Amino acid sequence: MELAFKISTAMKDVPTHYCPGCTHGVVHRMVAEVLEELNIRERTVGVAPVGCAVLIYNYLNNDFMEAPHGRAPALATGAKRARPDLILYTYQGDGDLASIGFNEIFHAANRGEKITVIFINNGIYGMTGGQMAPTTLPEQVTTTSPDGRDVSQTGFPVAVSEALATQATPGFIVRCSVHDGLHQIQTKKLIRRAFQNQVDNRCFSLVEILSTCPTNWGLTPQQSLEHIRDNTLQHYKLGILKSPEEV
Amino acid sequence: MPRVLIRQERCKGCELCIYACPQHVLAISENINEKGYFFAEVADQPRCIGCRLCAVTCPDQVIQIGLNGVMVHYYDY
Ligand SMILES: Cc1ncc(C[n+]2csc(CCOP(=O)(O)OP(=O)(O)O)c2C)c(N)n1
Ligand code: SF4
Ligand code: SF4
Ligand code: SF4
Repeated sequence: MELAFKISTAMKDVPTHYCPGCTHGVVHRMVAEVLEELNIRERTVGVAPVGCAVLIYNYLNNDFMEAPHGRAPALATGAKRARPDLILYTYQGDGDLASIGFNEIFHAANRGEKITVIFINNGIYGMTGGQMAPTTLPEQVTTTSPDGRDVSQTGFPVAVSEALATQATPGFIVRCSVHDGLHQIQTKKLIRRAFQNQVDNRCFSLVEILSTCPTNWGLTPQQSLEHIRDNTLQHYKLGILKSPEEV
Repeated sequence: MPRVLIRQERCKGCELCIYACPQHVLAISENINEKGYFFAEVADQPRCIGCRLCAVTCPDQVIQIGLNGVMVHYYDY
């Protein structure tokens, strides 16, 4: 039978360790589909983060390096400078990228490294048991903010994409979401553009994706998607924050 | 006619495909798979319009959409 939707060959045929309904899996599949569609899988090197996606190298069928916590942009920088013919991408959570690794991503973007960054913002440290992240929403309950995030003590959610978009260096910085079909389709398109920029040797590209962590949010998978729609989107605006065509 | 193909052994029963389907084609089975999850199954195949939204939303690469004959593409993916 002909297939109108088939499983990407850039995805290894193994079950993932992610919790049921976790959108890490959705984004993994989109990255795999893009690598296949652009026909770049064989010259692509991913950099795995520390966080729930630490085992991404078991799931996507391209080469991988494993970075220390938050340091994925440094590994990608080195590999890309040594081998400009390769396609380099990092896949990082918000604890990894926005907290311990903020310095790394900020300077990689400012230097305009021609890499692609997939930034999963689920507003919490998933892997370690649901601690507060810099991206956690005000009043959100986590294991380290049991009474809800108090912005007078811990500040407001860190808007990484906006911060990077203020830099003068040309770049492609977007925020999207996977909370419903329409946004999933848009997210796939933006991931494709982020990789196409690198194929065309254009600029640094970062795609921030609002994601879920049903387990540590204490919600069902569907309630988690609705939580993004009703709450997360109040604090994070979607859209193209910077694109190389503008500069 | 589109046909939903579900790899039941991979399903984690998260129900996202069920909410994503505009045609109420899918349902959660009363049986469990090897992993112990109540898996998704096709409850009403003739209602399926082949929109692919169930497959696009599935985090675990469970769903493929088969095709016999012509299909309307509601969107590029
Ligand atoms: C140097 C170092 N500090 C702290 C940790 C503990 N640690 C592991 S994962 C993680 C946070 C991961 O959160 P995030 O990046 O949001 O990914 P998620 O699990 O939510 O996908 C932390 C702090 C570590 N492994 N290494
Ligand atoms: S802990 Fe959260 S982010 Fe990690 S796999 Fe589970 S749901 Fe996903
Ligand atoms: S292809 Fe569309 S109509 Fe058919 S089962 Fe999937 S979501 Fe429902
Ligand atoms: S979205 Fe995928 S894993 Fe979740 S219930 Fe449907 S088929 Fe199973």
